[in-house]
Amino acid sequence: MSERRTPANPPQTAPRVKVWPMYRAVVGIGLVCGLAIVSVFELTGPVIQQNKIELRQKAIFEVLPEAIASAAFRLTDDNRFEPTSPDSEGSDLVFAGYDDQHSLVGLAIEARGMGYQDVVRLLYGYSIESESILGISVLESRETPGLGDRIETDEDFQSNFGDLDVSLSPDGAAVAHPIEFVKQGKKTESWQIDGITGATITSRATADMLRESTVWWIPKIRRQMTDFRDPNNRD
Amino acid sequence: MANTTKQVTTTGTDEFLKGLWKQNPVFVQVLGMCPVLAVSNTAENALAMGLATSFVLLMSNIVVSSIRNFVPKQVRIVTFILIIATFVTIVDYLIQAISLELHKALGAFISLIVVNCLILGRAEAFASKNGVFRSILDGLGMGIGFTVALLCLGAVREIFGYGSLFGLQLFGDHYQEWVVMVLPAGGFFTLAGWLVFFNWFEQSRARRETLKEATA
Repeated sequence: MSERRTPANPPQTAPRVKVWPMYRAVVGIGLVCGLAIVSVFELTGPVIQQNKIELRQKAIFEVLPEAIASAAFRLTDDNRFEPTSPDSEGSDLVFAGYDDQHSLVGLAIEARGMGYQDVVRLLYGYSIESESILGISVLESRETPGLGDRIETDEDFQSNFGDLDVSLSPDGAAVAHPIEFVKQGKKTESWQIDGITGATITSRATADMLRESTVWWIPKIRRQMTDFRDPNNRD
Repeated sequence: MANTTKQVTTTGTDEFLKGLWKQNPVFVQVLGMCPVLAVSNTAENALAMGLATSFVLLMSNIVVSSIRNFVPKQVRIVTFILIIATFVTIVDYLIQAISLELHKALGAFISLIVVNCLILGRAEAFASKNGVFRSILDGLGMGIGFTVALLCLGAVREIFGYGSLFGLQLFGDHYQEWVVMVLPAGGFFTLAGWLVFFNWFEQSRARRETLKEATA
């Protein structure tokens, strides 16, 4: 490469790139796209919120099959539960389910945790009488369809929750046997959750979030059982 | 791309049909492999993903082709991505507002559409160089071709992996599920199988044609 290189395009003939059309295109399209996204967000926001509350309301009766009415309660700073509006939001809520005699049959509690793709939110039903989990209903999940979403559809996995033991230790301070995750077909104890082959991460995440949530909530709930009187009962 | 050089002679029907067979996005162009492998484990998932992608592809083709003269080529990629991402986000919100149940079934597909290089590929290779009408035909053809290809994979994987098709049991209770087929590895096996089939088919057709020409 000892020869002197001559430029292929001498500078005086190179076309000058105009900057203004570039600004105009990028900023203009960015502005339109931004406006479109924010407007759609603004318009659909309240509807989506309403849908989420309706889905949660439906899930409460799915995980507490004996309940015919429900009420929301919020955990206060002094570890008591006070009635709140069923439209409330937050992670400090529990939903009590009542039968036709206005007596408490169980509580629906939200648990959340990291799945394989994104955060998974689910609602589980806690039975007061049998001190066990009655069922789960997934509120939000972006798990791989056909694999991770089998926590909802797999009958064997769902059968884990018919009578999952979360009873308290004799002094009532903690859950006697925190929920454990085991591989598919290895379940021997009533507090163990059988995983799903092909959805190990999501099924393990489900067990983990249920364990954390039950360990935190159940002792508090059992201590304050009198707080959960049906607020709609006028007798 | 032979088609783009012969644009004057290609008809609208050719523009539509090329996506189905000659330039099939999955089996010939091998584009958009992330969603193809990730969500083709059942026929139903494959169909939903195919339809959702086709919709975004069609919309982005329409918008990109109508603004093609306004966007300088130096900034075209960034504007195309902006447009595609906007459509995906809007579709995501709209489906959540229409039905959360539907969103639960489609949620994971929707975010995957952004990473589908088929959409950016068509915006860059076709819509930025052609008019709105041709871009609509191209988007429809490619979308249907993508959906059919996904269905080909999804059907095979579901039949082997679950012994069912669109959720209907085919073989009865004694069928031993071949789980690997619905796992990611099964996606690669099935895709390889279909690519072998397509290449064999194309080659044997080419051979027949050369034989015919030689004898004529």
